[in-house]
Amino acid sequence: MCRAGFKVILMVSKVDNEKCLRCGGCVSVCPVDCILLDEAKGITVDAKKCTSCGVCVDFCPVGAFSIKKED
Amino acid sequence: MIFKNNYDVVIAGAGPGGAAAARKCAEGGLSVLLLEKRQEIGAPKRCGEGLGLSFVNHIGFKGDDGFVTNMVDSACLVAPNGKEIMAAFPNDKGCILERKMFDKALCYKAAEAGAKIIAKAAVINVLKKNGKIIGVKAKIDGKTFEIKSKIVIAADGVESKIARMAGLNTKNRAKDIDSGFQYEMAGIELENSHRICLYFGNSIVPRGYIWIFPKGKTVANVGIGIAGNRKKTAKEYLDEWIETQPGIKKGSIIEVNSGGIPVGGLLKKMTLDNFMVVGDAAHQVNPLHGGGIDEATVAGELAAQVALKAINSGDTSDKTLQEYNSLWWKTRGKDLEKIEKYRKLVEKLTDEDMNILAGAVSGTALLDFAVGKGETLIKILMKNPKLFKLARHLI
Ligand SMILES: Cc1cc2nc3c(=O)[nH]c(=O)nc-3n(C[C@H](O)[C@H](O)[C@H](O)COP(=O)(O)OP(=O)(O)OC[C@H]3O[C@@H](n4cnc5c(N)ncnc54)[C@H](O)[C@@H]3O)c2cc1C
Ligand code: SF4
Ligand code: SF4
Repeated sequence: MCRAGFKVILMVSKVDNEKCLRCGGCVSVCPVDCILLDEAKGITVDAKKCTSCGVCVDFCPVGAFSIKKED
Repeated sequence: MIFKNNYDVVIAGAGPGGAAAARKCAEGGLSVLLLEKRQEIGAPKRCGEGLGLSFVNHIGFKGDDGFVTNMVDSACLVAPNGKEIMAAFPNDKGCILERKMFDKALCYKAAEAGAKIIAKAAVINVLKKNGKIIGVKAKIDGKTFEIKSKIVIAADGVESKIARMAGLNTKNRAKDIDSGFQYEMAGIELENSHRICLYFGNSIVPRGYIWIFPKGKTVANVGIGIAGNRKKTAKEYLDEWIETQPGIKKGSIIEVNSGGIPVGGLLKKMTLDNFMVVGDAAHQVNPLHGGGIDEATVAGELAAQVALKAINSGDTSDKTLQEYNSLWWKTRGKDLEKIEKYRKLVEKLTDEDMNILAGAVSGTALLDFAVGKGETLIKILMKNPKLFKLARHLI
């Protein structure tokens, strides 16, 4: 809840690691450098830094990203 | 695993760029550590596996090596209206590689020359002292190590995290990177297994192309490279196209690959004190056809040449290492910059433009164009009133 009484909904980028092919392309396009690729675990997005700009969604060749409400 | 905590050169990433740099540095007598984060070098591939035979020769192989699966002697370019333009490769044959074996073969050479290589060893940061790079922090076998070196070479591919940690801005702008997706397929029907095929058209693949690179009579890499800001994912475009190709559709999927192809944003600055960046990490890729194996290798060799001189003279400052910048821009940068301009024009072509083009130009002129020699194409365009406008853009 913000001070004006509106509920602030934070949107962040979420990744489906079942779809992800570990190619690392998204890591290089994220403007705020908040994507990390681990060969075993896959992709993690630093939700604190993510600006939900959508660049990763547009780039990912397999459509593993989507912009969703932060849990 | 035995390794020291101090080397002349530490290299991050054992793709063609890193392996070439490691080999040349080691051949020059330097102590070299090459770290690769994946557990198997070269796998899974992020590549269509096409490379000119003359380049395979340049790096000391004959072309009959285990990693060459098939030779190709021509290309077929297919316009949106289905018109096929054939182009024989006049001077050079093409090899379709098995990248995994190729990347390893490059590493065997580097190891033979004396470089130490470790797989499943990720560089997680650079070490700095007084703002200058003095080595790397690496995770090897689950443990973290600090390894010092006189020079660090980042060859970590498209991710290019190491250069950013070091202080160079190697981020890819969305417009400067293509999305790549590919299936290695078996049991498919190929009209000619010694010919690569490239398909164009804004309805099947807007601002990009689909390729078939045959690895054998019934096996091929079937892939797509496509610019950003589009309606569907690269995979969706490729899947839809395959649905329309009965001979491909009936095949099986042997491997699935994806990747980013840096097709623009060449770096003016690729060095810092004690630091250099090569290959995809430095956006060194042909902006039109997306090939980067040769580019990464050449850059790795140039970087090694400069590193060798710098270390032997005891001066590895940015000022000295900048010779790599100028050498690279002289030998490759200028050409790639020109091709980047060509690309901007190609991205604007409508399907109709492409159809007219396909009716007017030879395949050879198009192949030359793709490697920066657009003169013949321009001459042809100038003669055609409908294409005159395009020619003007090129000049
Ligand atoms: C779909 C697709 C098709 C392509 N087709 C072709 C083609 O047909 N012909 C062609 O010439 N080129 C092609 N390319 C381009 C080519 O694959 C690259 O340009 C080439 O591999 C670049 O070599 P490199 O050494 O710079 O990087 P890479 O080959 O990507 O190697 C970088 C290595 O660094 C490792 N690494 C990353 N981070 C770290 C770290 N922190 N620590 C340690 N290691 C790390 C990676 O695991 C990787 O092994 C294609 C690319 C794509 C995506
Ligand atoms: S671009 Fe897509 S497939 Fe590639 S690493 Fe990122 S999430 Fe995975
Ligand atoms: S939405 Fe933008 S900021 Fe967030 S992870 Fe994707 S590219 Fe980075």
